Amino acid sequence: MGTEVEYGVSVPGDRAANPMVASSHVVNAYALASLKARRARWDFEEESPLRDARGFDMSRAVADSTQLTDEDTGMANVILTNGARLYVDHAHPEFSTPEVTTPLDVVRWDKAGERVMLRASQLCAQSGTQVLLYKNNTDNKGASYGAHENYLMRRSTPFAEIVRHLTPFFVSRQVVCGAGRVGVGQDGRTHAFQVSQRADFFEVEVGLETTLKRPIINTRDEPHADPELYRRLHVIIGDANLAEVSTYLKVGTTALVLAMIEDGFIEPDLGVQAPVQELRQVSHDPTLRHLVTMRDGRRLTGVQLQMEYLDLARKYVEDRLGADADSQTVDVLERWESVLTRLERDPMECATELDWVAKLKLLNQYRDRDGLEWDDPKLHLIDLQYADLRPEKGLYERLVAAGRIVRLLDESSVDAAVHEPPADTRAYFRGRCLEKYASAVSAASWDSVIFDLPGRESLQRVPTIDPLRGTKGHVGDLIDRCDTAEELLDALSR
Amino acid sequence: MAQEQKQPRKSTGAEETPEEVAETDVAERKEVLDDDVDAILDEIDDVLETNAEDFVRSFIQKGGQ
Repeated sequence: MGTEVEYGVSVPGDRAANPMVASSHVVNAYALASLKARRARWDFEEESPLRDARGFDMSRAVADSTQLTDEDTGMANVILTNGARLYVDHAHPEFSTPEVTTPLDVVRWDKAGERVMLRASQLCAQSGTQVLLYKNNTDNKGASYGAHENYLMRRSTPFAEIVRHLTPFFVSRQVVCGAGRVGVGQDGRTHAFQVSQRADFFEVEVGLETTLKRPIINTRDEPHADPELYRRLHVIIGDANLAEVSTYLKVGTTALVLAMIEDGFIEPDLGVQAPVQELRQVSHDPTLRHLVTMRDGRRLTGVQLQMEYLDLARKYVEDRLGADADSQTVDVLERWESVLTRLERDPMECATELDWVAKLKLLNQYRDRDGLEWDDPKLHLIDLQYADLRPEKGLYERLVAAGRIVRLLDESSVDAAVHEPPADTRAYFRGRCLEKYASAVSAASWDSVIFDLPGRESLQRVPTIDPLRGTKGHVGDLIDRCDTAEELLDALSR
Repeated sequence: MAQEQKQPRKSTGAEETPEEVAETDVAERKEVLDDDVDAILDEIDDVLETNAEDFVRSFIQKGGQ
């Protein structure tokens, strides 16, 4: 699993600043300061962003230029020693975490991404360009940018089953992992608070696009792994979260639902009558009382719909693993239940855990104290500044510092994840190679590391097609032992 | 075959479970602080950007994914 987050950019005092240039400044500043030797290129060979999970390719001629993400545009694009990718996507700096296997590790490297972006922005300022970064998803003027999740799934799972069982889950999961927003409608013209940053930007149920006509279920089929065995489910509907519990439950519960879909465990039809409309209606009612009309005629709140999935997940884990279930899976189930129970009673009971509730609580305190209406610029500023990455300015950061929001991680473990890769995926091999043999790595991607060795005419491409190989267990000793890339490649080819 | 990464796994006895950092402290402090909402608002007043209207208006993004 992993996340990819596009950050909002702002150049104070210069409204006309080119966002692509500003984003490149940010990424390049970090690359210059942190990379020891030559900068490895991103290797696009295995990328196929127009491959559709429904079984056909989109013609490049009809694709919007924003969909051609495999064309090397010369924009800043680097691979880090923690196995992550830092680059400019469209007009935003983006951090893609290395591949990890647990929800808590997603939180850890997603949070490490915030620290990388903060450092990049500080370095950029030192070189004379101030660029502020925001971990949010809209400017409230019609533009939205993404926070995507990726999950490796078995190829044998019928895509129609994924669409069928995942759509109602995505319509409702925002009650747990929404980031909260002041403004309703894509351009925020209606003055009110809503649960999700992204809900108003989704217009269809299923599709390949990510930048226009955004679909609840994205069909991009680009596994970055053996396509016979795996697909990568590319989830584009989530909000960028700062609260660690929000991120943890977002990916932990989604992973559980996907596991149930793979195993054919979900029998009841939880289909929603009009998913796109209901997605917005759930978001537009922060009291969480809105009733979603199900295809079978029932009417459930978003929380109740989530509870249906929770009950299934409990039975699934009990049925498949019983007392042998790993502790993090058990923890996800417990927290999910706890949060849903309290959201149903009074959402404000989750103000120390969930982004949208923490934000709404703060906004309500301001409204009470200063008598502000939802059109007040100060409330919009609080929404925006909640996502400011600077510890002294970001309101999420201030709430954490004041003990108003709980964390799941020690900062020292986040610091380590800024530099170190996870030990249990191929990101370990990628990250260690970048750290130890930087001058010999000419390019890398999710599924390869390419070496340029002195004295050899051709480049040496080491494929990393299996996400669960190249781990510390597989190659840790080998990399420790090999002082040079030549030694490593000799050992690998033996 | 290796288990896929998002599957719930059998316990190996060595997994990590998140522990909220100083959660009880937070709960205790929360009660005290709730009596004094103004304390946190005063702190946030101090860090809010000046001229909210201008600042919010100038935050303009190009679309992304």
